[in-house]
Amino acid sequence: MSDHAHDAHDVKKAVRRYLLVFFALIVGTIITVAVNYLHFHSVVLTITIALFIATVKAFLVAGYFMHLISERKMIYGILAATAFFFAGLMYLTIWSMEPQNLVHYKQHVP
Amino acid sequence: MEIPYVTKLRPDTGLYNAKVGIWLFLASEVMLFGALFSSYILLRVGAAPGTWPHGLLNIPIGAVNTLVLITSSITVVMAWASLKMNQFGRFKMYQAITLLCALTFVGIKSYEYHDKFTHYQVVLEDGTAHTGHIEGSPMFWNKTRLEGGLNPKTGKPRYAAIDHIMFHPDAPKGHGAEHAEHPAAMRIETKNIKKLECYGPFHSTYLAIYFTLTGLHALHVIGGALVIFMIWGPLSKMWKTDPERYTNRIEVSGLFWHFVDLVWIFLFPVLYLL
Repeated sequence: MSDHAHDAHDVKKAVRRYLLVFFALIVGTIITVAVNYLHFHSVVLTITIALFIATVKAFLVAGYFMHLISERKMIYGILAATAFFFAGLMYLTIWSMEPQNLVHYKQHVP
Repeated sequence: MEIPYVTKLRPDTGLYNAKVGIWLFLASEVMLFGALFSSYILLRVGAAPGTWPHGLLNIPIGAVNTLVLITSSITVVMAWASLKMNQFGRFKMYQAITLLCALTFVGIKSYEYHDKFTHYQVVLEDGTAHTGHIEGSPMFWNKTRLEGGLNPKTGKPRYAAIDHIMFHPDAPKGHGAEHAEHPAAMRIETKNIKKLECYGPFHSTYLAIYFTLTGLHALHVIGGALVIFMIWGPLSKMWKTDPERYTNRIEVSGLFWHFVDLVWIFLFPVLYLL
């Protein structure tokens, strides 16, 4: 929510949304733990579900508690630059793990 | 000299300056934790098959800590909303709960750390290995410590040598009556010990990255709680003189707190569950 829009009336309406997000976060945490105890045969499936729920929870916190759902362009600009460099960092990490790109490990050649 | 744009919106950004500042700071924090997460991925994927440990951490305790941080996030945003609605008393109550949550989180984390520092793996000269606790729950013991530990400057022992330990092995993992009881305590002679090490950061790559990530996160929790406490307590007089500026301070500290919660949302499944 932008700064000027936060009058008392808007905030009263937002409070109900905050509570809904809070309950969604609790449910998300319970599901994450429950999925772990279900012991899926596929590790990839377990990881995907856990990270998907974490991403949804992160979206709820950032979007509603941090008010990113309706922020100023300046903030979006800062976050877009951050996302670009973060994605680059992760890409470099995954790229370096490819067998032909073992940049962090030199195999001993006799 | 008056600080510009503490409450008034700056025309070019449409924001007060502290808000731009905290978002720039959070951007740098994303890269800091991002670098550590990428290190985790590199170590996790690079580990030889079957060598990455599972089940070392207590999932229910981690889940409770997650719920504690989520609760603190709602109280922070409710505290800010209370100020917007001119309800200073409610604001005080919500931030007090936030501080209690922060203390609870750090307390639970300390308990988890203590549990790891007093949990040992012992390898005997005959090749057998056991995990469990040493009687008296000492922290950070190893074979050198049992032998007295040499002072590198004087070359003399630093402690009295211990000729044996009483070791309480862990109960076997699994369900059923045979797993419910702990095996009997073992008397292990120091001379029969090949290696003794607690589950500290030096024990394995997994624990090294676990302590690095959660330690850095805990420092953020402590730092954030200190800022929230200062604004909640000693600096709360500003509410009477400049309420808008005070509310902005609460918003900025709240943004930092939500970021700390956000990091934990990813740390919990990555470290405890995967």
